[in-house]
Amino acid sequence: MTLIKEIDYGTPESKSEKLVTLTIDGKSVTVPEGTSIMRAAMEIGTEIPKLCATDSIQAFGSCRLCVIEIEGRNGTPASCTTPVAPGISVKTQTPRLAAIRRGVMELYISDHPLDCLTCAANGDCELQDMAGAVGLRDVRYGYDGANHVFARNSGEANFNWKPKDESNPYFSYDPSKCIVCNRCVRACEEVQGTFALTISGRGFDSRVSPGMDEAFMESECVSCGACVQACPTATLIEKSVVAMGQPEHSEVTTCAYCGVGCTFKAEMRGEEVVRMVPWKEGKANHGHSCIKGRFAYGYAHHGDRILNPMIRESINEPWRVVSWDEAISFAADRLKAAQEKYGKNSVGVITSSRCTNEESYLVQKLARQGFRNNNTDTCARVCHSPTGYGLSQAFGTSAGTQDFDSVDDADVILVMGANPTDAHPVFGSRMKKRLREGAKLIVIDPRRIDLVKSPHIKADYHLPLKPGANVAMITALAHVIVTENLANLDFVKSRCDWDEYQDWAEFVALPKNSPEALESVLGVPAADIRNAARLYATGGNAAIYYGLGVTEHAQGSTTVMGIANLAMATGNLGRRGVGVNPLRGQNNVQGSCDMGSFPHELPGYRHISNDAARLAFEKDWGVSLDPEPGLRIPNMFDAAIEGAFKGLYVQGEDILQSDPDTSHVSRALANMDIVIVQDLFLVETANYAHVFLPGATFLEKDGTFTNAERRIQRVTKVMSPKNGYADWQVTQLLANKLGLNWNYTNASQIMDEIARLTPSFAGVSFKRLEEVGSLQWPVNADSPDGMPIMHINGFARGKGKFVITEYVPTDEKVGPRFPLLLTTGRILSQYNVGAQTRRTENTQWHPEDVLEIHPHDAEDRGVRDGDWVKIASRAGETTLRAKITDRVAPGVVYTTFHHPTTQANVVTTDNSDWATNCPEYKVTAVQVSTTNGPTDWQHQYREQTEQSRRIASAIDAAE
Amino acid sequence: MAKVYIPLDMAAVAMGADKLVAAVAQEAAARGENIEIVRNGSRGMLWLEPLIEVETPAGRVGYGPAKVKDVASLFDAGFLAGGAHALNIGIVDEHPWMKKQNRVTFVRCGVIDPLSVAEYEAHDGFKGLKRAFEVGPAAVVEEVAKSGLRGRGGAGFPTGIKWKTVADCPPGEKYVVVNADEGDSGTFADRMIMEGDPLSLIEGMLICGYAVGASKGYVYLRSEYPIVAKVFQAAIETARESGWLGKNIKGSGFDFDVELRIGAGAYVCGEETSLLESLEGKRGIVRAKPPLPAHVGLFGKPTVINNVLSMATIPMIMEKGAKHYADLGVGRSRGTMPLQIAGNVKYGGLFETDFGIPLGVVVNEIAGGTRSGRPVRAVQVGGPLGAYVPVSLFDLPIDYEAFAAKDSLIGHGGLVVFDDTVDMSWMARFGMEFCAIESCGKCTPCRLGSTRGVETIDKIRDGLNVDANIELLKDLCHTMRFGSLCALGGFAPYPVESALRHFPEDFRKPALEAAE
Repeated sequence: MTLIKEIDYGTPESKSEKLVTLTIDGKSVTVPEGTSIMRAAMEIGTEIPKLCATDSIQAFGSCRLCVIEIEGRNGTPASCTTPVAPGISVKTQTPRLAAIRRGVMELYISDHPLDCLTCAANGDCELQDMAGAVGLRDVRYGYDGANHVFARNSGEANFNWKPKDESNPYFSYDPSKCIVCNRCVRACEEVQGTFALTISGRGFDSRVSPGMDEAFMESECVSCGACVQACPTATLIEKSVVAMGQPEHSEVTTCAYCGVGCTFKAEMRGEEVVRMVPWKEGKANHGHSCIKGRFAYGYAHHGDRILNPMIRESINEPWRVVSWDEAISFAADRLKAAQEKYGKNSVGVITSSRCTNEESYLVQKLARQGFRNNNTDTCARVCHSPTGYGLSQAFGTSAGTQDFDSVDDADVILVMGANPTDAHPVFGSRMKKRLREGAKLIVIDPRRIDLVKSPHIKADYHLPLKPGANVAMITALAHVIVTENLANLDFVKSRCDWDEYQDWAEFVALPKNSPEALESVLGVPAADIRNAARLYATGGNAAIYYGLGVTEHAQGSTTVMGIANLAMATGNLGRRGVGVNPLRGQNNVQGSCDMGSFPHELPGYRHISNDAARLAFEKDWGVSLDPEPGLRIPNMFDAAIEGAFKGLYVQGEDILQSDPDTSHVSRALANMDIVIVQDLFLVETANYAHVFLPGATFLEKDGTFTNAERRIQRVTKVMSPKNGYADWQVTQLLANKLGLNWNYTNASQIMDEIARLTPSFAGVSFKRLEEVGSLQWPVNADSPDGMPIMHINGFARGKGKFVITEYVPTDEKVGPRFPLLLTTGRILSQYNVGAQTRRTENTQWHPEDVLEIHPHDAEDRGVRDGDWVKIASRAGETTLRAKITDRVAPGVVYTTFHHPTTQANVVTTDNSDWATNCPEYKVTAVQVSTTNGPTDWQHQYREQTEQSRRIASAIDAAE
Repeated sequence: MAKVYIPLDMAAVAMGADKLVAAVAQEAAARGENIEIVRNGSRGMLWLEPLIEVETPAGRVGYGPAKVKDVASLFDAGFLAGGAHALNIGIVDEHPWMKKQNRVTFVRCGVIDPLSVAEYEAHDGFKGLKRAFEVGPAAVVEEVAKSGLRGRGGAGFPTGIKWKTVADCPPGEKYVVVNADEGDSGTFADRMIMEGDPLSLIEGMLICGYAVGASKGYVYLRSEYPIVAKVFQAAIETARESGWLGKNIKGSGFDFDVELRIGAGAYVCGEETSLLESLEGKRGIVRAKPPLPAHVGLFGKPTVINNVLSMATIPMIMEKGAKHYADLGVGRSRGTMPLQIAGNVKYGGLFETDFGIPLGVVVNEIAGGTRSGRPVRAVQVGGPLGAYVPVSLFDLPIDYEAFAAKDSLIGHGGLVVFDDTVDMSWMARFGMEFCAIESCGKCTPCRLGSTRGVETIDKIRDGLNVDANIELLKDLCHTMRFGSLCALGGFAPYPVESALRHFPEDFRKPALEAAE
């Protein structure tokens, strides 16, 4: 095992198809037109000295180390900024060049500390490398001149010197080591798109500055780490490297946070992670990261982590730490007892969108093969199940149509009910890059998300519709496209069902569906809707990106189909730059759905009633399977409250915090005989559990995750599981205790079984993934290398299906008692219910959930910024602090659900999508009032949590 | 009614022209004289400012330098009719300083009312543009190329090639940018023409926009020129009112408008790429080339960026034809150069002449030697980054190539003369210090090298390890010259190296003193 060193070509790749041949140091090289001479040299292994160039950002030409000579041309141009030209002859080493380079290095080192041996970047410092490369032997200027190195010069205060900025918990900034290469500034601009950094001063005074000479934590910095990665010295460096030293080996793995699926090099020292560095070859992230994946892995070592199995007879008792065998036996016995007493359908499982494909596969297999029922569901139920349903209906597959790279070819980007810069930050940065290149942007969201206006980004149209009116909006857009003859009828005729299109077109053209007729429902000026529709239909390649703001509604599935209708009607499918792109919430929500986690589907989205599909599994598993779909999560809860559902095995999901109507969920759980929670921490759901099986982090196991672009990527074990087992091994223990006789000795065997039984995964194996890095399903005989863009020549289902999308207002209506609409979302630094991110320094960015409320609504209620407010709905009430902002429209309030003390889902109702039961998180009628502090419910809940988290034997064991 | 000219030019105003205007007006009123005072540009004879001119049948008679205290005696002497007076310099056009010149770019400067479109037209204004409209854009580019005009900002790049590059870019948004960030010490030609004949610059921009397919022009002006800002803004408005700017100019179908932008005081923003950055509202730092501004310029669009003088010369080239201009000059330096004579000289000011005049003639004959009366020791040609030329090289003709051959430059045409009391190591230090203060900080040789240069020269001047430090200074100059990103760092070694080369004795004085 060694440290993976990626080749830095110095400048980005040229996409030109025209090739140019030139000679560098006598060697001929052929590269695409537009390639820099520096990159062309690197292609043949000639490394020209450089400091300000790195291939993630455009050439800058400031360090002047990379000078070269070109035969027949004057001067010594920089090889990073000089493009190749046919037939030129380049020399990279001459006495004149050597003199310039040494002269430049001599200048650099004359203003740099000479503390290499004790410097944290020792061994990983490009300045050090270059000093060696150019043969610097002496700094004749001495060290008594102007400098940024010493706090005092001959006893006098040195005003050029600045102290270290340690404000960011993850990295430090030491201005004394800065060589002003601008790499951090450029990475912040070009890669991340935040524009938080600049250079202050000019000339010798130049120094990197977050904002206007602010501390990093006080600036607009989002802590994505791009600057740290770009820094060639120890100026910006991970505090973990400062504390631990340089890593000695690394492994490529996939981030366990959002659905972007960034790949990282886990840089290790033994079994300790020194740092996570985004992997350049990663096809989802291309070497970029966000604060979560880059820095927030500390939860793996958090003291709250439970490392030993625990059981208890009843949830009122304290936990008892027991052996794995005892815990598994206890769980198996109770499950069996429940099935014996209440029937085989009285137990079920919930698979995790955070665990691997292999783990989800085994958990649903446990239900189907072990429990002999189909009571399996997954957290996608509460997020993207409408995507699954809606896109299956329209296209025949339940997934996004594009890869992320496709956005580079988009001319118009329509973002609906998604907040990429917070929830999918690395893709959000890609999108912003494309927008800065000139793509147009339409944002449909009740709230003014960052994309609407941020540095160098401005939405062409922001349509701030009222929560719950998505279908009306989609239909109004369609109305304009159809009635203004903007539809692409050639595409529709050749690719879609023409009769269905005509029915649909007739429907959307009805006067009641015009933007003008729907203006009051939507709360958006009709002219803006018309202009946005025209832009989408006629602006070139138009791509739709959507998120939970689309799905988590009573008509979530309808909106998804409406989006598909728009894309089909305008011919925006089946090529790069277009498509329908659901932004998946969790790292493996796509994968958990693919793996047959839903009660009605076997792996690969084949209905359980499909005899051929079922037969294949029956044959392989040696059992007969129930052809009837099992219970969805809400049905499980309802059945539990009725007394018919008694046992649940939950792997890696905190349903009590994440599912709507918390009190309903808690009553259901309390009514069960056996709740098995497998997780890292005593999550909220564990308050109601009888068995706690400690889980493993993504760093501690092998497997695969599938991201939002259907990309299957390896998760690599870089350290031994602190709890003793990978999660799939724990499921296997339970399965075998239930008599199933599983014999997987590693995760790749599970993938082999998946591939054997799932046509769309037929060509997937760990070996193949290790060879090619990643694969986008389907991977089979028809597309052996996977399929980045779907539906190129035809839809999976044959003809694209237009579905009429009648707007039905939600039952959740505002009225005198509950006059405001609550909608919920996420924030960049926190992830989902926060179980992981709350156990990292990310809490410094978001210590608590707050309620965003418009100044008008706040004034009506006497609410001041920072006041405690009570938010009440028909379902319940909770308290949190108010933040007054005009990001939300009057009549709308907004909060996040990252903190259990807030429990935003106490307020959300049990309304749900008509097709998939996906909860209507995004619309709750509420009232907001000032209050003195937490509600009774919050007090009770806290007490109960403390009670239920008591661990009896832990004290004994400690003694 | 007598017509009296008193310049609005900054040099004249600095010498009291505004007060003079008030005094003349008051005196005329008191005496019941009916006069019209025109605020013209300067004629360029700065030692005579403020120069009052009065129109007489024989021509314009000048009186200067005129002070408020002279006003009464001027009236007493009948100056309104060209009467004799101690300050009378005779017919201005007949003055030897004027007679020796070949005014092409500056032909109207000081002569006309800068803000009168009628006077501008009466003095052949807009004839060039009209001809451009007749011959069409491609022929205009061709004409400019044939004229041999080279960029007067300092680099001397052929203007025609620059225009052709932009004209050849696919149609779309393009820009014309004029560099009026005239920051070189001892230079003032841009200022003078913009104060004295602003419409010629506007006409040049119109011709350029027409030739390359641009409809928007920007003038980037240094903040230190408040009078230019006022005059030029007024000129833009006058041109708009009279239909020379705006939509469908004079029925040609060509749209063009000009916007004046004021810089924030950075010398480096006179470098074309940092000027573009600044114009875009960013920090004024240099861009790497390629891409050339002609391909990727202002807001990423193809952009012609020319110096004020280059642009203001265009109308005449279009009016009289390329040949007329190309016939002037020597070698590859065609046409005329408006020299700006400053420093320790008897006669300072603007002197426009054909290329080829020897430097010594300019210094000794035109400028009349030093003001102090002591022997000339050195002339810095081309601004603070230009080389110091010793008297031994005074036969050098004003010619880009001849100067380059002697590691010197003409630059923007500024000459600063020093007598024999100058300390050339101090002047070398000034070159590095100037670079240190003005460096944008992007490239390493300039950002760090300029500061180290000052420190090293200080050590030499202090007599510390003189030989080793001179060696180091030479190495540093080499690194800066060949390693810097733009001309600021790249040319900062010129004054240092020329001082070391021509005046080595000035770097060893302390050592000698110490030895004594």
